Amino acid sequence: MRVRVDRDRCRGAGRCVLAAPEVFDQSEDDGLVVVVDDRPPPALHERARLAARLCPNGVIATVDSATLDEDGRGTG
Amino acid sequence: MSVTSSRSSPVPLPRHRGCPFDPPEEYAGLREEGRATPLAFPDGKAGWLLTRYEDVQALLADERFSADRRRASSPVRSLPIREDDSRRVGSFLGMDPPEHTRYRRLLARWFTVRRIRGLLPDIEEIVTSRLDAMERGGPPADLVAAFARPVPSLVICQLLGVPYEDRADFQRWTFTLFGIDREEAELFAARDALWEYMRELVAAKRRRPDDALLSGLVHGADTAADADAPLTDDELTGVGLLLLVAGHETTANMLGLGTYALLSHPGQAALVRERPELADHAVEELLRYLTIAQFGTIRTAREDVGIAGVRVRAGETVVGSLAAANRDPSHFTGPDDLDVTRDAGQHLAFGHGMHQCLGQHLARMEMRTAFPALLRRFPALRLAVPPDQVPLRDDMLVYGVHRLPVTWDR
Repeated sequence: MRVRVDRDRCRGAGRCVLAAPEVFDQSEDDGLVVVVDDRPPPALHERARLAARLCPNGVIATVDSATLDEDGRGTG
Repeated sequence: MSVTSSRSSPVPLPRHRGCPFDPPEEYAGLREEGRATPLAFPDGKAGWLLTRYEDVQALLADERFSADRRRASSPVRSLPIREDDSRRVGSFLGMDPPEHTRYRRLLARWFTVRRIRGLLPDIEEIVTSRLDAMERGGPPADLVAAFARPVPSLVICQLLGVPYEDRADFQRWTFTLFGIDREEAELFAARDALWEYMRELVAAKRRRPDDALLSGLVHGADTAADADAPLTDDELTGVGLLLLVAGHETTANMLGLGTYALLSHPGQAALVRERPELADHAVEELLRYLTIAQFGTIRTAREDVGIAGVRVRAGETVVGSLAAANRDPSHFTGPDDLDVTRDAGQHLAFGHGMHQCLGQHLARMEMRTAFPALLRRFPALRLAVPPDQVPLRDDMLVYGVHRLPVTWDR
């Protein structure tokens, strides 16, 4: 899995940090999302997806590795 | 008959509750009948009411809708809204981007999950000291005056750097401001009094800096020195007001009404008292079940927008009922049951989209500390009056209980 965020649209609600603290954090400087593990292990995939669902601004994308091309971009 | 063609008979927003913990009964029927209900506003205009989870969520995420209150009709008040209102400055909850973005980005760093976790020892100390005082003074007690109101007021005063001694004033002005049947003159007087109070506090912080949030904003110290201009004193006043009002009023009502709900569901109260690991779930479930933002949220279409199966015309107001959405059976199993063991984390009680509550983690931290501590300190806590004598805040923008007379075994 690859995790991506659109930081420009983040408003720092912090739902992702509650849902998956191993994957997401908030910056000390501006409170906005920071991805701490953009390739989380399988055990965290479900919670990373939950974070994406809970994000009030739809900022988080999780792309399963099966649909990644060799540059790591989602093809689906 | 399609929803659109029933437009000739808009209904007012349902307000009468049968059960103190449930939204008005009409919502269930409206949610069944159609996705968008034509709504009649007190100012004579027509708009829409959304009651389904997916639709309310979509509304709040859709930037074709504005959160600017000056454009909107209120579903519960007929007051005119002043176009040239200089006292709106800083009140970012009613702003759209890019204005809203600027404020939110200056403030987000103060309310991160990590920063709020750092407040836990202070919150625990405040909760313990209020429980001590309540125990010394009773039984009986009014749980609102003894616990539900002081805890969040103490926490937000400490966080912002507002003197707690001033609480009688700012609580009274807030009470007026949140009443739905108030005269315009009363509302503006309360709003102006709050404004003058905060304006003086901002000036005081400029003269004598401290470590709290308000002073930090005033001095722009260690802020994310980006391209944004520092906030003016008027903007700081508006921001300070919003944080103070939102910080004490909302959580106070969750604590008061939440306690009433738990006392009315003794099995659920026992779970919260005896199983600390359920505290997080219990807080989310109480937020969902009670949804104290009882009449909102409100948005206005900037352009003609298709949503929830209807065409909303530019300028029309749409009310997304958080309370109805949080009882939508297509999203929550057995939505009318209070079940503190469920994972209710997807509720919309804090809103959705860019305006989702800035202080949500603070509210969570206060509740997850306060409810278990209260129930453990007073294992036999119970109502001291018949349930129908608990005065309900159905006359206020934020729902809750005005008073909660309780007693316990000494």
